[in-house]
Amino acid sequence: MIGRLLLFKLLQAVPVILIVSVLAFLLMSLLPGDPAVIIAGEGATAEAIETVRRGLGLDQPFHIQLGRWFARLAEGNFGASLMLNQSVLSAMGERLPVTLSLAGLSLAITLPIGIFAGSIAAYYRQSWIDSLVMTVALLGVSIPGFWIAIVAVILFSVTLGWLPSSGYVPMSQDAVQWFRALIMPAAMLSLFQIGFLARMTRSAMLDVLSQDFIRTARSKGLSEWKTVGKHAFRNALIMVITTMGILVSTAIGGSVVIEQVFALPGIGRLVVQGILARDYPLVQGVMLIYGFAFVIINLTVDVLYTFADPRVRYD
Amino acid sequence: MASEPLVSIENLTVQFRTDRGWATATESVSFDIGDGDCLGVVGESGSGKSVTALSILRLHARGTSRFNSGTIRYDGRDLLRASERDMRAIRGRDIAMVFQDPMSSLNPVLTICDQISETLMLHRGLSRIEARKRAIELLDLVRIADAARRVDEYPHRFSGGMRQRVMIAIAIACRPRLLIADEPTTALDVTIQAQILELLRDLRTELNMAVMLISHDLGVIAEFARRVVVMYAGRVVEDAPVDVLFRKAMHPYTEGLMASMPALDGPVRRLYSIPGRIPDINEQVAGCRFSPRCGHAEAVCLTAMPDLVPVSPDHRVRCAPRTRTTGAG
Ligand SMILES: Nc1ncnc2c1ncn2[C@@H]1O[C@H](COP(=O)(O)OP(=O)(O)O)[C@@H](O)[C@H]1O
Ligand SMILES: [Mg+2]
Repeated sequence: MIGRLLLFKLLQAVPVILIVSVLAFLLMSLLPGDPAVIIAGEGATAEAIETVRRGLGLDQPFHIQLGRWFARLAEGNFGASLMLNQSVLSAMGERLPVTLSLAGLSLAITLPIGIFAGSIAAYYRQSWIDSLVMTVALLGVSIPGFWIAIVAVILFSVTLGWLPSSGYVPMSQDAVQWFRALIMPAAMLSLFQIGFLARMTRSAMLDVLSQDFIRTARSKGLSEWKTVGKHAFRNALIMVITTMGILVSTAIGGSVVIEQVFALPGIGRLVVQGILARDYPLVQGVMLIYGFAFVIINLTVDVLYTFADPRVRYD
Repeated sequence: MASEPLVSIENLTVQFRTDRGWATATESVSFDIGDGDCLGVVGESGSGKSVTALSILRLHARGTSRFNSGTIRYDGRDLLRASERDMRAIRGRDIAMVFQDPMSSLNPVLTICDQISETLMLHRGLSRIEARKRAIELLDLVRIADAARRVDEYPHRFSGGMRQRVMIAIAIACRPRLLIADEPTTALDVTIQAQILELLRDLRTELNMAVMLISHDLGVIAEFARRVVVMYAGRVVEDAPVDVLFRKAMHPYTEGLMASMPALDGPVRRLYSIPGRIPDINEQVAGCRFSPRCGHAEAVCLTAMPDLVPVSPDHRVRCAPRTRTTGAG
């Protein structure tokens, strides 16, 4: 059953990937400026620009260009970066572990805290605990990420000197330094996520706690811990899982800003540099990577959901 | 007198927090449940049957409800004043409950095995494997075919009637001394209703437990119960053995309920229904709460709430005109 569902979801993902790659292709013609002029460089002669244009195939009709684009992608050829002296694929490959580390650590912080905070807010609804959690959650989702990140750098790096303010050390090189470099950016990235997740969990929990089967659980003599932690939580989790796609997606968006503030050499920082430098192939490559990431995230969420909810698993 | 009752409810008043302050859902409810007895509680929807039943296990939502007065005596203790810990030990072990809606009363993400095993592991200290074996036996006992296979399924694979059987299996797992069944068949269709009632009847004798069956349908109660408590608008209005009640019901409300019962073999006719409707818990009614709907109301009914008066050792009635001349007739 799960195999068939997965196949179905994979087939659904194909058009999404196609659309993302067409959009990435259109980037060339939609962005202001003439790519050939930019790529040829400042003070290039008209002849040189024409050569570049032909070299890129920009003189060909649209459908031929699109066809070539797909042919190239099919070979796994993302082109060469204009600003870096390397292929787009290897440039992204170098930065991907940084972004994955950041997002992974952030998720590891977000999930337990967000779910716990949302659950106790729901359990103690309309008490001071609920108000406190909801106020902090609201702050988390409303305060701009870059602002709180800068405040954190001033406090923890400049004033207290506990953590580095920027830079990255690979985990394979020094796990402790890796953690020290990432913990603050990850925590900052988590603020919004925790706020979002706590609110989602709270409303899911409130919904579940008013259900009849919770009364059944209490009527069996189960402790509050068992009633809430087992009977209510398992049901709330299903609702929370459905929002995980949005959660991880916003984490990726947030990582662009956070990597910028903390000078982390990740994908987000790469794409910002690429845009500023009009490095078309690079920006196209990152767009594709982000597109793939969203597809994979949503697939994962679907599979998790299937495992969590027996009603889906069987049908 | 007879031996000590199993559960004795006395003077129970339960209030709920509403937009307009605390509203009284049940007032001065008193009745006994004998050991091994079969008690029926009947009354229109909203008369306080569920509130009373949930009070026994103290399952009302906290914060929005309160017990204004009363005691519920069980096993030498007052359940309304017992610690939460003591209550947890009683729930599911000594007193168990089956609810109205089997579609929503089971946890959709836990297997039947898990849901039956819980009480066995908690109250009887069984291991997971022993509990599973027992769960299969219990499913057999409530007449679910192919129990060994079905025990590992999730509730959504079961029909409404089957789920109510599962709920009953959960409730009887620890062989409680009292089983409270709150409208256990109301959500089911007629043929399934009869099967569930028969199952409850058989289990009661087999396990020698007391059953408190709640229904808005006097027909169901008549078939099942030995004694009947009639409730109206949060109060007990009549309490009598079932044969006495059907021979000489004394409260006009009880008469109304009987008149609105469809005759099983009689000619098809338009069903009688008591005119008017039950008051909302926020509504103030002076005197007897049934008086606005009562065809026999007198001046006294509109001013003072009548007491629940014994008219014979096992028959109590809350009606001023009908109990004025006891011994007449
Ligand atoms: N949690 C609650 N909050 C407010 N009012 C309630 C609550 N539970 C029950 N009531 C009210 O108490 C009265 C009795 O309800 P109930 O015991 O459920 O009646 P029934 O006899 O149909 O089981 C009704 O008027 C109902 O509206
Ligand atoms: Mg009810």
